[in-house]
Formats: sequence, structure tokens, C-alpha cells
Amino acid sequence: MAVSRKSQTALAQSVGLTDVDLLAMFRTVALARAVDERMWILNRAGRIPFVISGQGHEGAQVGIAWPLERRKDFIAPFYRSIATCLAFGMTAQDILMAQYAKATDPSSGGRQMPGHYGNAENNLLSLSSPVATQMLHAVGIALAAKIRGSGQVALTTMGEGSSNQGDVHEGLNFAAIHHLPFILVIENNGYAISVPAARQLATPNVADRASGYGIPGVVVDGSDVLACYRASKEAVDRARRGDGPTLIEAKVIRLTAHSSDDQQTKYRPEQELAELRSHDALPRFRDELHAAGVLDDEAEARITAEIKAEVNAATDHAEAEPDPDPSTAMHWVFAEDWPSETPPAWGFGGGHGLAGHEGDASAAEGASD
Amino acid sequence: MALKTFIEAIRETLAEEMRRDSSVIVLGEDVGVKGGVFLATDGLWAEFGDDRVIDTPLSESMIVGTSIGAAVNGLRPVAEIQFADFIFPAFNQILSEAARMRYRSNNGFGVPMTIRAPYGGGVHGALYHSQSVEAFFTHIPGLKVVIPSTPYDAKGLLRSSIRDDDPVLFFEHKKMYRSVRGDVPDTEYVVPLGRAAITHPGTQITVVAYGLMAHYALEAADVVADEGISVEVVDLRTLRPIDKETLLTSVRRTGKCLVVYEDNRFGGYGAEVAAIVAEEAFDYLDGPVTRIAGPDVPGVPYNHVLEDWFMVNPEKLADGIRKLAAY
Repeated sequence: MAVSRKSQTALAQSVGLTDVDLLAMFRTVALARAVDERMWILNRAGRIPFVISGQGHEGAQVGIAWPLERRKDFIAPFYRSIATCLAFGMTAQDILMAQYAKATDPSSGGRQMPGHYGNAENNLLSLSSPVATQMLHAVGIALAAKIRGSGQVALTTMGEGSSNQGDVHEGLNFAAIHHLPFILVIENNGYAISVPAARQLATPNVADRASGYGIPGVVVDGSDVLACYRASKEAVDRARRGDGPTLIEAKVIRLTAHSSDDQQTKYRPEQELAELRSHDALPRFRDELHAAGVLDDEAEARITAEIKAEVNAATDHAEAEPDPDPSTAMHWVFAEDWPSETPPAWGFGGGHGLAGHEGDASAAEGASD
Repeated sequence: MALKTFIEAIRETLAEEMRRDSSVIVLGEDVGVKGGVFLATDGLWAEFGDDRVIDTPLSESMIVGTSIGAAVNGLRPVAEIQFADFIFPAFNQILSEAARMRYRSNNGFGVPMTIRAPYGGGVHGALYHSQSVEAFFTHIPGLKVVIPSTPYDAKGLLRSSIRDDDPVLFFEHKKMYRSVRGDVPDTEYVVPLGRAAITHPGTQITVVAYGLMAHYALEAADVVADEGISVEVVDLRTLRPIDKETLLTSVRRTGKCLVVYEDNRFGGYGAEVAAIVAEEAFDYLDGPVTRIAGPDVPGVPYNHVLEDWFMVNPEKLADGIRKLAAY
């Protein structure tokens, strides 16, 4: 099938995109899934110490990130935002570099745990581990956009568990008062690690809270990529017009355990786990594109092969890159050097015992022998 | 050169920096039409308007968190926390976010933000309007912590703080706002961060101080001078990064070191000064490094008798100097 640059099926037309756009979106969803699956394989093979996953969130992430303008708008992501980051300019290699925490990891130079993706070049803000703190940063970015008249939109995204933090309230209140060009996305996968949503909030939807701030709150099916796109497009347009913030809640699924250190069969019913895949955005979007005549078997096979090659190359590259040098470990405390502070008595040599990724866990077990 | 109060120096610096650089904004509680509860921002709203002087809701975490975001996106926010005692809801944003942003992003993002907060006791402020909170923040690499003691330094250091590319906590002793006056030049001078000043040269004891205590140290030095004790006062001005060179050079010359701070004694900022002196000037010491500091109770009590008991004053400080001099 030949999808030309301007060809527009009825499906593409219905959302104001071209077929090429739809294929690119599909490719990004599929790439995020392939990168994520690779992470788990590397973890189980003992190559990387930790994985936190975005599987089940990719469709919503790609649909929602798509209407934003790369390198102009800002996204403050969270630890499941692999597809968001890929949709906003990072590459499979960038994500893999973070898993290996190599010196050239563009998110943090190997300083942060995997999952803490960010990159100044792509206006993806660096994040920490205390959840929902990035809420206020995105609101501040939107405040600066408004004051500077830059026309930028700031979006942040987090889970429904994170939505219970006080920073979310404080940020929504301020963003609403000042009609800031801001979008809060809640990726509701039903669990905060092990605690189900019913034990986290008393209303059916996080979006129900929006009315308390006088802003629109939208619930969208996170397995429907184009529905997510539409909801986001509307919020972006509204923000750019100066009409203020929107809360979008995407109902997504968590296909994996919380992290590589979690055993979800302990708290999720077997039946629920068995049915999860029927709500997966990836096959749904693929089928939708097939039915619409945007995608056929040949194109899909080509995309799948390209993604496989890309993830393999990214893995090889990340594996081969050097670890950070301890002599750089005191760099970038500040913009300038940090000369008056006392360096450690042991200097900046490497190799103090904890060699290799398995370091912490295996060392702890070894100690009990 | 004009004689100005401490708060006049602060207010003028904010206005001048806002005129000089359109990316400087001020936000906090009551900073707008009211001009701040201490009037540190008086007149700014009238001159610079709603966009650049923002009255915020009572949400300290938001004040700091949005300042971080605004700083990332091209502004230089000066956030006011109405009293240092109220900074703790923002502690996570300061510690986990502002201080670590540059390090954790490997210099991808920086946070050029100044947080101003009035601190200190002796003003009938009781437990929650009197605290000295500096030790919580000097502990954190990635933050700069400034406590000026004169209008000259307040202006020069606030300029440096606003122009700095990293987060600065700028604590102002509220008792000094109107009681301390000093000469302030009309020039656009700066006082660099990280440099202490010897405000009273002497030969026998180094007294290390900052903020209001830097004034009490000068008073105490005059008192004991009549008794033949020569005190050198080091006003740190910037607590972190600390000016070790000025500190250690002075202690190595005098051979004795007393640190004074208003905060609770245990684990206070002066404990770190004492440790630095003990580790790096041990061979020069002729007596124990001594701390004169606030008592270890959970706050400054309100009743004036209890408050006077809590507060370090020049007499208590002079007593400490005499004891150390006797070694």
C-alpha cells in the first residue's frame, strides 16, 4: 500500500491528520512497546538493575503528546512516560542509555535511576522520584510562557495515585486562577503500586475534581489513541487561546508489575490480569488502521522490522558506552565549580567494591551467607 | 552614598533588578498591592504590574515549585516566603527539586531562583514567627544560603543572588529590617556570594557570626575590648558555599574560635563551622571551639521573660568570649 505524504483516509480526516501522521503515531506506540519489552529482557538477563514500565500507557501517551509542538512546548513527564518522551523527540537509544545509566545518557549522565527521563534539547523536564512534584514545575513553565508571551503550552502527566499529592491541588488552583496554558494528564491505570483506585479517591474519576477548580475535566479511553489525540488537541487549542488549563484523565491499563521489584500477582486478581490484554491500545490501534486502509500487512511488517533493528542498535550502543568517571561526580552541583567544598578522603578513583549492576541486591544476599 | 535601613536596601534592590532585567518577577503572599507584610516589596506592584508582582494563594510549595518551573522557562523568580517558619511545606520542592535539578540532569536544566524569607527571633514572634531555619538548607548541596547583616551587604548580596544561575535562599533577620541602618552607595555594586568579611579585626579570639548575631558580636567585641580581650569578628555573609579561607586564616592567627548562632544549638550551622575548624586548624587551636547558640527547646516562647531567656544577646556572647579567653 502506498501512503503518500498527503493522502488522507476518512479516519485521518476525522481527526484532521494525514495518513502519514497516523502511521508515525502507530510506529511510536509500537516502538515504545518494543523498547519497554527490551528493558525487561535486559533486566531478567542481569544486564540492567531496574525497570519501571510504561506498558499499557503507550497509546494514551502518544495520542496526548502528538498535538504539542516539539522543542517549543514543554512536557514534565513521569516515570512511565517512555512513549511520551519518544513522541516528543527522544529516541530509543536515549531511553536505553538511561537503563544502562551510561556517561552519555542524555537524561542524567547516569546519575538517576531508569525511568527519570528528561532532556533539555527536547523540552522534556528532568524529574525526581517524589511523585507529583513536577506538577508545579509545569505550572511554572506555563506561568513563564504567559508572562513572556511565548505561546508555549506546558503539560505534565502522572498516575492517579500521584494525583492525591497536595502539589496537584496547589498547582491546579494557581493555574486556574491565572488561566495558564497548562494541561494536567492523569494516566489512571487503577493502581498506585498495589493500592486500587477505590482506596485512593472517593469519586469514580480524578477528572471529577476539575470542576472544583473551575476548569474542564475530561475522561478519555486510554486504549483509543485517536480519542486521546482529540482530547489533547482540544486542550492544547484552548490553552493557546488563553482560555486556561484542562485536566485530561486517560483510563489506561498497567500490563506489567509496578516495577521489576514488584510481584503484582500478590494483589491483582487472576481474572483481571487475564483480561488486561483485551484493553491494550497497541493491537486496537493496529486493527483500526488496518480497517481504515492506512496500514496493511506489508507496511506493518516493514515497521516491525525497522523497530526491531532500531532497538537492537540502541541496545548495542548503550551497552558499549562508557560508565561515568567518578572524577566528574562533583560536577554540576552548581553552574560553576564547587571549589570550597571538601572532596571525599578517598578522592575520585573508581572500583570501591560495588562493581557491576547486580551489586546491591547480590551483595546484600552475599552478606547474609 | 546614603544612609538606608536594611529593608530599604532590600526593596530598592528588587526594584532596580526588575528594571534592569525584565525576566525578574516577584511572587509570594501579600507581595502585591500590600507590598508584603514587612513592606519589602512595597511599590513594586504599582511599578511593574500584575504579571511581574504576583499575589499568590497561601500555598508555599506552589510558590517555590512554580518558581522552579518559571526559572526553567526563562524567568528569574524572586519568591517570598512570608516567614521562614512557613517554608516547610515547600521543603520538598527546595530539597528534592531546586537543589538537585542541575545535578540530576547533568547540567541540562538550572534553576535561577531566589527565595527570600524573614527569619529570627527577639520580635515577640513566638514559636512560629521566630525561627532560624538555615541549618536545614545549608545541609543540602545545590543550594546557596545567604544571610546578610548590613544594608550594604543586603543590597550587594541580593543582586548577586538574583543574577546567580542557581537557587539561592536569602534569609533576612526581621529584627534588623528597621533597626539597622548603614551606608549604601548609589552604584550598581555587587557583593559576591561565598565571601566572608572581617568586620572587626582582633588578635586573640575569632568570633564567627552572621545575621543579627554579627551585630551582637561587634557589641560583645567592644565590651570585652575594655577588659583587654581582642576579638576578631568574621561575618560569614554566605553560609554556603562557606568562605573557608577567611575563616581558617583568622582562626590560625588567633588560635581560638567561638561560633555564635541564634538557632537551636544541637546540629545548628555553627556545628559545621566548629567541625571545619577542628579538622583543618587543629594544630593552631589553644582552646576548644565553642558555640554560643539558642537553647534546645522546640521554639522561641512568647512571654517576654521566656523570649529574653531564649535569645542570645551581646552579654551572653561576651560571657562566652571571656570563658574562652581564659583558656
